[in-house]
Amino acid sequence: MIENRPILNIVSHVVLIFGVLIVALPIWITFVAATHDPVRMTQAPIPMLPGGYFWENFKQTLFGGGLSGTETAPVWRMLLNSLFMALMISFGKIAISLLSAFAIVYFKFPFRMGFFWLIFITLMLPVEVRILPTFEVVADLGMLNSYWGLSIPLIASATATFMFRQVFLTIPDEMLESARIDGAGPMRFFWDILIPLSRTNIAALFVILFIYGWNQYLWPLLITTETDMTTIVMSIKQMLEAAEQSPQWNIIMMTALLAMIPPVFVVVAMQRLFVQGLTETDK
Amino acid sequence: MASITLKDLVKTYGDVEVLHHVDGAIEDGEFIVIVGPSGCGKSTLLRMVAGLETVTSGEIRIGEKVVNQLEPADRDIAMVFQNYALYPHMSVRENMAYGLKIRKIGKAEIERRVQEAADILEIGPYLDRKPRQLSGGQRQRVAMGRAIVRNPQVFLFDEPLSNLDAKLRVQMRLEIRKLQQRLGVTSIYVTHDQVEAMTLGDRLMVLNGGYVEQFGTPIELYDRPATLFVAGFIGSPSMNFLPATAGGGALILGNGASLQGAGHASGSVTLGIRPEHLLPDENGPIRVSVQLFEQLGANTLVHGVLEGTETDVVASLPGHVSADPGTIMGFTAPAKDLHVFDPATGRRVEE
Repeated sequence: MIENRPILNIVSHVVLIFGVLIVALPIWITFVAATHDPVRMTQAPIPMLPGGYFWENFKQTLFGGGLSGTETAPVWRMLLNSLFMALMISFGKIAISLLSAFAIVYFKFPFRMGFFWLIFITLMLPVEVRILPTFEVVADLGMLNSYWGLSIPLIASATATFMFRQVFLTIPDEMLESARIDGAGPMRFFWDILIPLSRTNIAALFVILFIYGWNQYLWPLLITTETDMTTIVMSIKQMLEAAEQSPQWNIIMMTALLAMIPPVFVVVAMQRLFVQGLTETDK
Repeated sequence: MASITLKDLVKTYGDVEVLHHVDGAIEDGEFIVIVGPSGCGKSTLLRMVAGLETVTSGEIRIGEKVVNQLEPADRDIAMVFQNYALYPHMSVRENMAYGLKIRKIGKAEIERRVQEAADILEIGPYLDRKPRQLSGGQRQRVAMGRAIVRNPQVFLFDEPLSNLDAKLRVQMRLEIRKLQQRLGVTSIYVTHDQVEAMTLGDRLMVLNGGYVEQFGTPIELYDRPATLFVAGFIGSPSMNFLPATAGGGALILGNGASLQGAGHASGSVTLGIRPEHLLPDENGPIRVSVQLFEQLGANTLVHGVLEGTETDVVASLPGHVSADPGTIMGFTAPAKDLHVFDPATGRRVEE
């Protein structure tokens, strides 16, 4: 609505600020809790203003043993594990979906649509549904407690294949014909024309998939038994139960805070491409 | 440079035959326009020459070489598409150089050829721009530049001007013609616009429903159309068709009027007269009840019906003419400008 009424402006701002506050409050509490010493965090009521222990907590969480009295991996190690997993998942998914969408859109082979629908119905089989058979396969392949085991079962992606198929379908046929006349073979066409033309879509998908990979909880929980391979998202939960004494909220909240940074960084860094990729239709 | 030979060319999609036994010999350096209404198979024919559509049966030869099975890239052709098909992520320079780069031509040579084509087409200042930063006419030039740098034996144009506005279209039409004459490359040009066809082509191939109606120079097609379809398609405004009965060298129109010049025709025929060949003559045999006038400035189109019948007649008269609707105007037509067709077959009745 484009209306020039001051009251309306004020009302809409109030509504928006209220919404922002609701969304931001848990994050604020996380941040505040990460800046106090452990003793303060066990007293009620919980503090609403930052304390003075941010750097101590930060150092102890990231480089120290983390929680005292437990055997969790240092948080930098978990961050690294999560990062590897998220990157492998997103790059793997993008590469495989690009290739399968390329095959489905540009090549005529028997049962082409059959394969497409076969890929499509895997949407109904997320990892949670097939978790036991998948675990069995991964265990048999000896991929427990490895980055391969963490990422490969999550790489196949019907959504991304479908999305790239739609993107490729919007690219005019003349582009392909023109490339054929120019003498470009299929892979050359793929690299020189298709990939650059789907650049923004790839970026948008990368953002979504990175966060999807980063937030994986159930699967890493199931296949990692060594503390060296734990990811940060699953270990936050473990930290709650790990220590004998009451939860050390300052450390846990600092971990949560650190766990938030990479996804936020990815979203902020790729925001422009992300929006373009989801909205741009002009080819 | 090369000739192109089409021999008994057939194209089917499933059970539907869209091109029926097309023959044609195109000489080296000729500019051929394939013209016809939408869906007549003209683009399909062009794409078969380009190698983008398979040949169901028959033979296409470029020079002496049968190219039926060759990939488009190996046919030594260049094609300009209707929507230009420029690669949007590459600059004009990269667009033009792409085909050469794939052919592994040296950097310096590519640069020289791109520069040369850019000079010919006057697109030098835009070489580093992206296609989306160019106007329609400039994109059109880039598309042609991409064809030129390749130095092909054959140019193929698939309705390259239909996305441009009317004025630019006329200008580009002339430029394409000049360019083709200068480079002397055998060209096939597809269009549905008969004016474009008439002005561009050395020879025109008129296609209708997958059949070649006539293949000849523009003037041949205009002066001696072989079929009713060609007669109606070529020329603007299009030819008047009057049902008539022929016998003893005379033609009797629907309202009983009689004209000389039926040749050997007899029985019921369709008489074709171009609007510009109807000459005003108060005592003329063709009497038209006027309905309205279209003033075009240089000439005036008179729309009406043949007196006493429902048959529409259009006459094109030089200068300004006006009269009240309902007035009866008389016309004559010289015997050499009468076209007589057999209504059953649609073919011209030879004199």
